[in-house]
Amino acid sequence: MKRILLTSAALLAGTAASAQTVGFSQIGSESGWRAAETTLTRQEAEARGIDLRFSDAQQRQENQIAAIRSFVAQGVDAILLAPVVATGWDSVLEEAAEADIPVVLLDRRVDSSEDLYLTAVGSDLVHEGEVAGQWLVDNKPEGECRVVELQGTTGSSPAIDRATGFRNAIDGAEGIEIVRSQTGDFTRSGGKEVMESFLQAESGNEICALYAHNDDMALGAIQAINEAGMNPGEDILIVSIDAVPDIFQAMANGDANATVELTPNMSGPAFDALEAYWADGTEPEKFIQTESRLYTQDDDPMAEYEARKDLGY
Amino acid sequence: MRPNPRLYPLLATIAIFFTAYLLCWLQFPFMLSTRVVGNLLTDNAYLGIVAVGMTVVILSGGIDLSVGSVIAFSGVFIAVMLRDTGLHPIIVFALLLVVTTAFGAVMGAIIHGLAMPAFIVTLAGMFLARGAAYMLTIDSVPIDHAFFEALQDSHWRMPGGGRFTLIGALMLLAIAGGALVAHRTRFGASVFAIGGGPDTARLMGVEVGRTTIGIYAFSGLMAGLSGIVFAIYTGSGYPLATVGTELTAIAAVVIGGTLLTGGAGYVVGTLFGVLTMGLIQTYIVFDGTLSSWWTKIVIGVLLLCFILLQKSLLRIATPVRASSEG
Repeated sequence: MKRILLTSAALLAGTAASAQTVGFSQIGSESGWRAAETTLTRQEAEARGIDLRFSDAQQRQENQIAAIRSFVAQGVDAILLAPVVATGWDSVLEEAAEADIPVVLLDRRVDSSEDLYLTAVGSDLVHEGEVAGQWLVDNKPEGECRVVELQGTTGSSPAIDRATGFRNAIDGAEGIEIVRSQTGDFTRSGGKEVMESFLQAESGNEICALYAHNDDMALGAIQAINEAGMNPGEDILIVSIDAVPDIFQAMANGDANATVELTPNMSGPAFDALEAYWADGTEPEKFIQTESRLYTQDDDPMAEYEARKDLGY
Repeated sequence: MRPNPRLYPLLATIAIFFTAYLLCWLQFPFMLSTRVVGNLLTDNAYLGIVAVGMTVVILSGGIDLSVGSVIAFSGVFIAVMLRDTGLHPIIVFALLLVVTTAFGAVMGAIIHGLAMPAFIVTLAGMFLARGAAYMLTIDSVPIDHAFFEALQDSHWRMPGGGRFTLIGALMLLAIAGGALVAHRTRFGASVFAIGGGPDTARLMGVEVGRTTIGIYAFSGLMAGLSGIVFAIYTGSGYPLATVGTELTAIAAVVIGGTLLTGGAGYVVGTLFGVLTMGLIQTYIVFDGTLSSWWTKIVIGVLLLCFILLQKSLLRIATPVRASSEG
């Protein structure tokens, strides 16, 4: 009897050691991108045999703090946190640190001391703008290129950074000029309306390319260009950022030319860093930048659409 | 001795809490650690405190929808004052409590003076306070102050690694204070009388006007205190914080066994109402696979059960002929 107990105890200990438990405090499911991030995190965890405890904070910081405390009380092996705001995390991160539980930040940053978390995984928004700008520099038609820009929500950090990055890239290039720039508020309807006014204001002048701060605005603009009797993707080149499924469909139809991916797979690099840390205590860099991959019509957009359409976008 | 029927909802609340805890413990033995107990008190401290004020309001048959916004305003007020002026946090806290208490008192005066429904007046108060928070800042403002960090860090480390924090202790004190006020003072007796019916209360010699002002001032004071606790809890002020907390507080009060129409209930029941809601949240995080919206669903079901329980108790408590009237 004693022996059976001992073996079962050993078995239990064995399974406990191999299957790591990770708590994930997600902001909520306010956008398709975030839903995709959640889906991918679950898939990554399953593929690696990690037991994922998921908590949706419904956009409230107090829920996130409570969830992290519960994760600490449970004694998880690591915590993933996508913080809803940047401030106010010191004391709960200290509690996790005190319990020797590594915390990895996903996608957004906090203003706490860097000692309190293992690493942060995120995208460099300026770099995204640069990739988009570089594509235009490499692919613009001969001669003068007059560009119109659909900006994101005024004052938001993605709008500011993506505008800066694009300008960085086209700065040295010959003949590219941003002639009009207005906010489309990151929405499809905003993109359509503003593009209509661009087309009217520039009638008679040729617009060579459109740069939209996100795919949704580009999709709205495509509609406006079609309605104006022009051919999006040929008469006007279209480059945008995010890589949502619908833009791939537009690329497959030849309506859009390029998109820069803001990958929702933040957890892949996070789990990589955690696995290295668990294995031999390797401390990763404090910021892991995700790849800002460029997709064009040559990248089999239909297959990309199929791969993404069920992620929850 | 036959127990007072008015005690039934309170007893039901306490029984539900302990049964639920037992069930959680059977599934996750970790639930019975001092860490979880400490977390329950700390994470729900701001809610418990604001719910004490709400209990008194509901006991009087009223409602206060402004408290969630007042908490957000308090956090922003503290953060901005500490950032822009050299005042000591204690002075800022005192100023804040004066402001929120006066805010509540004005709402109480309007409710009584103009004979307006509390629902409408405090709804206006809700928008006012939220707007005032946005006037101060639209960003999330971090609080950097040595004294503040000391407050955040003050806790007693329980055996087992759990933390019994200052704000958790403050909530228990607020519950005790609220219970004294409601059940052992003249003011408390007036609150119960008004909850039973303002006209009867007036005939009994209760000063309805003064008491109403006092009730909403008390709720404002508690909301301000809760705002201080929330600021300590998050270490920042954020104008979008605690949206809808007034409704969570009302739910906690009703699950705590207080009659929504006023006149019957116990402040200590509210503590168990708050803890039950915290327990549901903790269970869902421990499980880790359930959608967190289950918290809302379970709370909704509990609320319905309590309303039905109250209705049936009223039937039992009142003579048979009363049933033909309603």
